[in-house]
This record gives sequence, structure tokens and C-alpha cells, in this order.
Amino acid sequence: MSNGTIAIAEKSFYEVSTNKHSGILSWLLTTDHKRIGIMYLVTIAFFFLVGATIGLFMRLELLTPGRTIMGAQTYNTLFTLHGVIMIFLFIIPGLPAIFGNFFLPIQIGARDVAFPRLNLLSYYIYVIGAILVLVSLFIPGGPIDTGWTFYIPYSIRTGTNVSMAIFAAFVLGFSSILTGINFVTTVHRLRAPGMTWFKMPLFVWATYATAWIQIIATPVIGITILLVIIERVFGVGIFDPALGGDPILYQHMFWIYSHPAVYIMILPAMGVVSEIITTFSRRTIFGYVPIAMSSLAIAFVGYLVWAHHMFVSGMSDTATWIFSLLTFIVALPSGVKIFNWVATMYKGSIDPQVPFLWVMNFIFLFSIGGLSGLVLGSLATDVHVTDTYFVVAHFHYVMFGGTGTIFFGAMHYWFPKMFGRMYNKKFATISVITFFIGFNMLYFPKFIMGYMGMPRRYYDYLPKFAPLQEVSTIGSWILVGTIFFITGYLLYALRNGPKASGNPWGGVTLEWHIPSPPPTENFEEIPTITHEPYDFSQLKEMEYDK
Amino acid sequence: MTNSHQAAAAIPHVHRDDVGARMGMWLFLFTEVLLFGGLFLAYSVYRYDYHEQFRLAAMDLDTGIGTLNTLILLTSSLTVALSIAAIQKKNKFLAMAMISFTLLLALFFMINKYFEWSGHIAEGLYPKSPELLNMKNGEIIFYGLYYVMTGLHGLHVLVGMAVLSFMLVFIAKDKITFDNYVKLENAGLYWHLVDLIWIFLFPLFYLIH
Amino acid sequence: MEHEKHEHKAHHPGYGIYILVWMGLLALTSITVTVAGIDLGAYTLFVALLIAAIKSGLVINIFMHIKFDEPIFKVFLSLSGFTLFVIFLLTFFDVIYR
Repeated sequence: MSNGTIAIAEKSFYEVSTNKHSGILSWLLTTDHKRIGIMYLVTIAFFFLVGATIGLFMRLELLTPGRTIMGAQTYNTLFTLHGVIMIFLFIIPGLPAIFGNFFLPIQIGARDVAFPRLNLLSYYIYVIGAILVLVSLFIPGGPIDTGWTFYIPYSIRTGTNVSMAIFAAFVLGFSSILTGINFVTTVHRLRAPGMTWFKMPLFVWATYATAWIQIIATPVIGITILLVIIERVFGVGIFDPALGGDPILYQHMFWIYSHPAVYIMILPAMGVVSEIITTFSRRTIFGYVPIAMSSLAIAFVGYLVWAHHMFVSGMSDTATWIFSLLTFIVALPSGVKIFNWVATMYKGSIDPQVPFLWVMNFIFLFSIGGLSGLVLGSLATDVHVTDTYFVVAHFHYVMFGGTGTIFFGAMHYWFPKMFGRMYNKKFATISVITFFIGFNMLYFPKFIMGYMGMPRRYYDYLPKFAPLQEVSTIGSWILVGTIFFITGYLLYALRNGPKASGNPWGGVTLEWHIPSPPPTENFEEIPTITHEPYDFSQLKEMEYDK
Repeated sequence: MTNSHQAAAAIPHVHRDDVGARMGMWLFLFTEVLLFGGLFLAYSVYRYDYHEQFRLAAMDLDTGIGTLNTLILLTSSLTVALSIAAIQKKNKFLAMAMISFTLLLALFFMINKYFEWSGHIAEGLYPKSPELLNMKNGEIIFYGLYYVMTGLHGLHVLVGMAVLSFMLVFIAKDKITFDNYVKLENAGLYWHLVDLIWIFLFPLFYLIH
Repeated sequence: MEHEKHEHKAHHPGYGIYILVWMGLLALTSITVTVAGIDLGAYTLFVALLIAAIKSGLVINIFMHIKFDEPIFKVFLSLSGFTLFVIFLLTFFDVIYR
């Protein structure tokens, strides 16, 4: 924006509805991208807490060897549910649906997404999918026990409610596709005048790349799931080896989506990291174009590495080394990002506020996760640690330590903008520290146990693992305690926190030029963009705290 | 927008972007292409594995019905394209006639499909049938893919018919006019996609010899 | 944007071209059915897919107007086509050498 004046007091989107209704209907029937973002936040946060609680129970079962609080079948159900809820209901939609919806239009200077009604529809499709997951738990047959990967042939043979649970995943995928279509069209069609491609904030680039993966990859899991359902219901021969099917083909088709899906999870998080690092370093990003392009490169190369989940499945040796090579290539664009972030901080005037601390947390945890991924990407070491706790530790460091951490980082960064209130910064700082301690206590021992041979998905273990399992379980108490503590002080701040100004952090992207919380139409006048996205010379003309 | 923001705050601003609407539709079509792409991938892997058995199993399919349905769908694609050309030339009657004709052709396609499927079922070739389970693995898979792929395609034909019926109503009520016809264009795009998929299904199932 | 829309309209083909393309599609269909009757050995599948590709090229370019539409749509189209190609290629590295 050419000048940084904050608009005179205008009514926020909480006070002005986009439809003729008031009260709850003004929310349920809204087409405002900000209200839809908030509705996603409430729903997704709920499922995150459910998933975390399930995880807590799983760890409790593993506190002592043998049966502690549940039997094997219950444990099978719980790890499946933990996976399905965390992946399909929390981490895939999490950042794009909440923060992408809320901030993508604002950051490109638009009043809404390209298809606002479609946006509301994808929210309801998400809710339907979530309800189907819950219903599948309680109808006769019992909750699904296949693990979140639904591998053939067990998923066609088991009597549990596989069909309904995976149909829920199909529905959730549909919601994800519609969100992706919406975001790609929005970025192409609704950028404000002067907002050229290389003036877009990096969160927009990351969300744009994510949206493409959502469009191109999700349909493949859609058809795979439909095939499993058709096979279960009608007995049509597609994957079942007894009828001549090929279970490895199922694994290919499953991972053709589910590997790119991990980039759906991590790319928006990387976008948020770029935003937070620049804001708190008061310095333009180092290597804007490489970071933007590396998002697209990750989206693309990330599409070519799916079969590294299948090195021991019995696929051909030619395929294993090709996929191993491609897997190492995908580390390059991720490395480009990390180096550019660090270079941005160099000689910046760093202001270590809470969101910045979350990013530090992210860089540490994600680096461990990423580097342990190289162990799994090399063929020889992978054979040793496949299906052990090592894998579990790896993807929790990447997914939870990466995306999960940034979910909290983004929450703390944008909370004052979304709700117009500030949280208790002392509590928030303590939470970052206890999160870090709890996280590493919970997951780091799993690297060691995995290396020693502890297999994943078992409710029992050999006595030699007992000390490490105990540390891990105690870590889960600290971690889940921290999560509930964060939820508590954020909820408290909603009503009782001090009022936040339009720009509490001194950010310069467009969302910091408008009041907190934003007015319904976002901008009084669509801005004309003249500055680079992270040009902090604008701060001189803007009002901001300190 | 300078003075209108108070008004705009209460009423959602009307914003029309035909290119954006078509872009959204194309992106949706890509998801359809990849959805069927997964099926084509399964088909190609199994055809590679069971080359000879696929050839044997395909002998039972009637090339005549397949060809007839191809001609029907190609013609229906033409009529949809013509209806868009007609609405651009402000010829409302021709546009409606062409859409109605498309619906008729789609109905023929489905009737053919119905007789074709009931023929197979009468022969005892349906999932889990004793007849089919006695056959070789490759033939079971062939019929599995045949039912799923043509079935899913048929489902798309039905959805396309529903969409085109709405378009017919919209044209009749002048909601689609010569200067605002992006809905019809998008419906047409969807219909052409249904045709495109059949263009590939046809040689893969009916022309193996 | 107004400008683009007018441009888009100006290049829309008339009835004649559509009917011409339709006749081309019918001709290609009869060719593919005829060729299927001849034993070309390993080339049978190749010829069938080549003809299908030509047919879909006609439908996409003319019936679906991609030839006359925004250039970015062509980029999108090749992107999704390329993705599909890569999926097939990489999967077959497994299937062929297994």
C-alpha cells in the first residue's frame, strides 16, 4: 500500500454480517472468508484436541509393559483414529483452511476469495466428513482398525467399519479440492492493482503451491478409496490378491496422494515461517524469489517421491533406487528455504516475541525431523528402521514439530489480528518452553527405541524398552498439558485480553495495514501496491506499537 | 468503491468474472481427469500383467454397441458446442433445441449402456458371480475394471444430464443470455470432459483384439 | 478484463467449424474401428491411443475452446497432463522391472 494510515474506526467483520441474518445464522450462512476461517478454526481445533487426547491415552497404555488400560483391539482402533483425525481432520486442512482462508485474500488486497459460496460449501463438506468419521465409531461393526493407510488386503477383509471411515476421507478430500480450486483462482484473478506475482507475500506463494497439490493429488486418493469401497461392498475384483489384484498397486495409488499430502501440510507452515521471520527481524527476506520458487519446486518434486514409503513392500529394485534418488532431491528446495531464513535473520534487528520463539522451535524440531528423513530415504538404513518407532518419531518431528508447531506460531502471530485482543505474553513464552521440553521427551526416545527395534503399532513391548517408554509417556503429559494451557489462555484472551492495535508486531504485509479485527470488506478502498512485500521502510509511515 | 463501502458492507458486492469462473471449472476438470487417471493407471498396470487374459475377456464385449455409443457421445458434444454458438448469436430457440437434443442423445447412451450391462449380467458375468469366479484372475480384473470405469463414466453422464437440464431452464428464464453465458460454457466443458473420457475408454475396452 | 472478454468473444468459432470437427471425429472413429480389425501386433494399442489422442486434441482445442481461451489455461492443462504422465512413468518403473 502506498501509505500506511490505518483506516478510521470501521465496524469489524464480527459486527457486520454479509447476509441478512443475525446471530448464529449470520455465521452458519456466511460467505465472508474471515468468518469461514474462524468456523474452520473452531472445528479443527476441536478435532485437534480430540486427537491429542487419544494420543494421550495411547501413551498411557504404553506406560507399563503388558496391558495397562486397554487391550490390543482398542489400541489398534485408537492409533487408527489418532492418525485419521490428526491427518485428515487437523493437519491437512489446518493451515490452509484457517489461516489461508482468513489471510490469503487480505494479503493480496482482495475483498474475498473468488468463489465465496463454494468456500462455505467446502466448510460444510468438511463438517459432513468429520461427522462421518464420528458416526463410523458407533455403528455396529466397530471402529476402523486398519491404521490410517487402509492397506489391502486387510482393509477388505476386516469386519470393522472401514467403508464408512474411508468414505469420510473421500468427502474430506472433496472439501480440500474445492478449497484448492478457490485459492488458485483467487490468486490468479483477484490480486490488487500493482500486486504482481513477485510482490505477493510468501505465505500466499506457499498457499498457492499447496492449493495446486490439493487439486492435482487429492483425486487420486479419491478414486483409490472409492475402489476399496466398491471392492468391499460389491466384491468387484480390483486390488484383492485372491482375485488377481495387486496390493502394491494399491500402495502406489495411496501414496501418490498421501505423500504429496505431507507437502500440503508443511508448505503453508513454511509460508508462515517466512512471514514471522521477516516481521521480527525487521528486514526484508533474503532470497525472496528462491523461497517462492522453492515452494513450487517442493510441490512438484514432492509429487515424484511417493514410493519411498514402500521400499520394503516388494516393489522392483529399479523403482526403489529411482525413488530414493528423487527423495534426496526434494531435500534441496527445503534446504534453500532454511538457509534463506537464517540469512534473513543475519544482521536483522531481531525482536524475539512469542511468534518468533515458535519459529525457533520449528526450525530446531523440523531440522531433526528432516535429517532423520534422510536415514529413511536411504535404502539400506531404511530396511533396518522400517515400521519401527524411528518412523513414528520422524514423522512426528516433521508433522507435529513442523506443521503443528507453526499452527501455534501462526495462532500467536495472527491472534491479535483475528480477534482484536492480545494474549498473556508471559504465559505464551512459558508455553513455548514447556512445549519444547514435552515434545522432545515424548518423541526423541522413540528414535532410540526404533533404532533398537521397537516396532510401531504395538500395545505391548519388551521390558528393555520400559525406561524410555516411561520418559515418552511423561513427555506426553507435559505436551498435552501445554496444549490445553495454550487453549485456556487464548480463550481467556478472547474476552479479557487487552485490545490489540492494527499492527501490534510491526508487520508490513497488507493485513497489518487494516484494523484489528478487519472490517467486513477488508479494505475501505482496494489498495494499489507499490512496495515490495517486505519493505520495512513503510513502517515509518505506519502506526504500530513501540 | 469510495462511497459505496457502507452499502457494500451490508450487501455482498456483485462481482462478475467470467474468466475466473471458467478457470475454476477447468481446475475442477483436472481433478476429474486425475480421478479417472487413477483408474487408467490401474487398467494399464493390469493390462501389462494380464495381457492375454484381457484380450480374451474383451472378446465378449460388443464392439457395435461401443461404436454406436461413441458416435452418440461425439454428436452430443457437437450439439452442446452448437448451443453455445447459438446463444452467442442470440438464437435462444436454437440453443434450447440443441441442449434438448443433447439430453436425448445422453438418454440413448444410457439406454444402450443398460442393455449392454443387463446382457453381461444375464450371461452371469457380474461381480462375485460363480461364472466370473471360475474364470482366470486377469479376466476377473478385466470385468472389475470394466464395471467400475464404465459405471463411473455413466454416473458422470447422469450428472451431466442433470446439469444440462438446469441450463435448459436457465436459458428459458433468460438467466443465460448472449452476454452472460458462462454457466452454459462451464456445463459444456463438463459435458465435453465426459466425452473425452469415453474417447479413451472406447479403444481400451472395445477394441482389444 | 473487459478487453479480454471481447477478445474471447471475437474468436469464437461459428457453426461451420464445429460441424467440420464433428465430421473429423466421426471419421477418426471409423478409422480406429477399422484398424482394430487388422492385426498390427504390438502397434495395435499404440495406434488406438494415438487416434484417441488426436480426437481428444480436437475436442479440447475446438469444442472446449482452449485454443481461443486465456493462454494460462494451456499452461494449466499441460501441467495436469504432465503430472499424469509422470505418475504413469514412475509406477511403471516398478511394474515392468518387478
